[in-house]
Amino acid sequence: MTAGTPAAPSPFGAAGAAAGAGETGFVVDLPHYSGPLDLLLALIRDEKVDIYDIPVARICHQFIDRMHSLKLDEAADYLEMAARLLRIKAQMLLPRPDGEEAWEDPRTELVRRLLEYQQMREVVDVLERLGEDRRNRFARTFIPSSLTPVVHAPLALSLGELLAAVDRVLRHAQQPQIHDVISRPIDVDGFIEIVRAVIALRAVARFRDVVPPGAERWEVLSGLLALLELARRGELRLAQPRPFAAVEIRRELAGEAA
Amino acid sequence: MNSLAKLLEAALFASPRPIPTDELAALDAEASPAAVQSALDELREHYDVDGHAVELVDAGGGWQILTRPEYTEAIERAQMAQRPRRLSPAALETLALVAYRQPIGRTEIEEIRGVDVGSVLKSLHERGLIDVVGRSEALGRPLLYGTTSAFLEQFALRHLEELPRTDELAIALRVRESETLAEVIGTDEAS
Repeated sequence: MTAGTPAAPSPFGAAGAAAGAGETGFVVDLPHYSGPLDLLLALIRDEKVDIYDIPVARICHQFIDRMHSLKLDEAADYLEMAARLLRIKAQMLLPRPDGEEAWEDPRTELVRRLLEYQQMREVVDVLERLGEDRRNRFARTFIPSSLTPVVHAPLALSLGELLAAVDRVLRHAQQPQIHDVISRPIDVDGFIEIVRAVIALRAVARFRDVVPPGAERWEVLSGLLALLELARRGELRLAQPRPFAAVEIRRELAGEAA
Repeated sequence: MNSLAKLLEAALFASPRPIPTDELAALDAEASPAAVQSALDELREHYDVDGHAVELVDAGGGWQILTRPEYTEAIERAQMAQRPRRLSPAALETLALVAYRQPIGRTEIEEIRGVDVGSVLKSLHERGLIDVVGRSEALGRPLLYGTTSAFLEQFALRHLEELPRTDELAIALRVRESETLAEVIGTDEAS
């Protein structure tokens, strides 16, 4: 859920403008609501409206306003609910057919979901109370004795003994082994020239045209790095027609032009 | 306390998990189920009446000795034990649905909660509160979830029936029949 892309045009007109400039960053957590239905229920409660007779236009407006102020504009779940409310609002405006029993209140489905959701919230309250009650009581925990730290008696040691021990260790210590690390040059620049020469000759080349079979490790590495570097610079394009197929190296015409 | 009650107390003290009544009965081959039950009652009464800081609780499919809540804060402050982390509202909502409608699939939960629940299900599963109990016959044979005995233990429930029945809740749970609902809403006076 991201917010704060200032250029995003708002489908909600004035309410969109209210979101205004200056908001920054990222909405990761929703401070109060655990979903669009939760927000909707909160509005119904705050506005003290009858859940069975929701003034859709008003609630819809408030929903969108609240969405903006919480920077939920791009959270899909909330957007979906906003769209649903707008649709219900539109349906309420349509003239009803004369045969009144044929008319079904467009709010019916929403009310059913709200009731269902509200009931679940009641269960949540029960669980919360029970869970909190249990959380406040500790059970016996069992730690295998092999895991409990062994408590040692304090050390009895004189300075002389310590120095003698150090002396012994130093005398027994072998001459340290010194390794010479020989740096093997990786010649990316050299291979860049090779690759350029190869793709100057051919429109499509393969890796083995750049790095001959039986090449040394540093040559393979240099060749690979050179290819990646040139691909990054846009001088060539690397493609693999199917998994495990040989990689195709293609001259990038646009790159040459640039 | 009689000797059986003392034996049960020792076993409950030593065990890292709740012990069901029948396992407790296995401690003494001579003891009848009724004797075990009355020994448990005696032990519980002993803790409650004689002023102990622990109590005997029947939850999560077994018996357990638990500390009383008034000592929790001091124990936690001294870092001798730590309370489990509280569940988030989103996790509680999902858990509530799983508890009441099990076996239940992800789609049905998402329909009711109106949000994606994939990661919440995963973390509830990791905490051992829910488990996969089967697969639906619906398209794609989606996984169905149910609650575990750890769920019962963490909410100090003996069994699921201890949760309030849906008809005890303020609102009727399943208002599936749109006719009934239309009557309730009163379509004539709609604005």
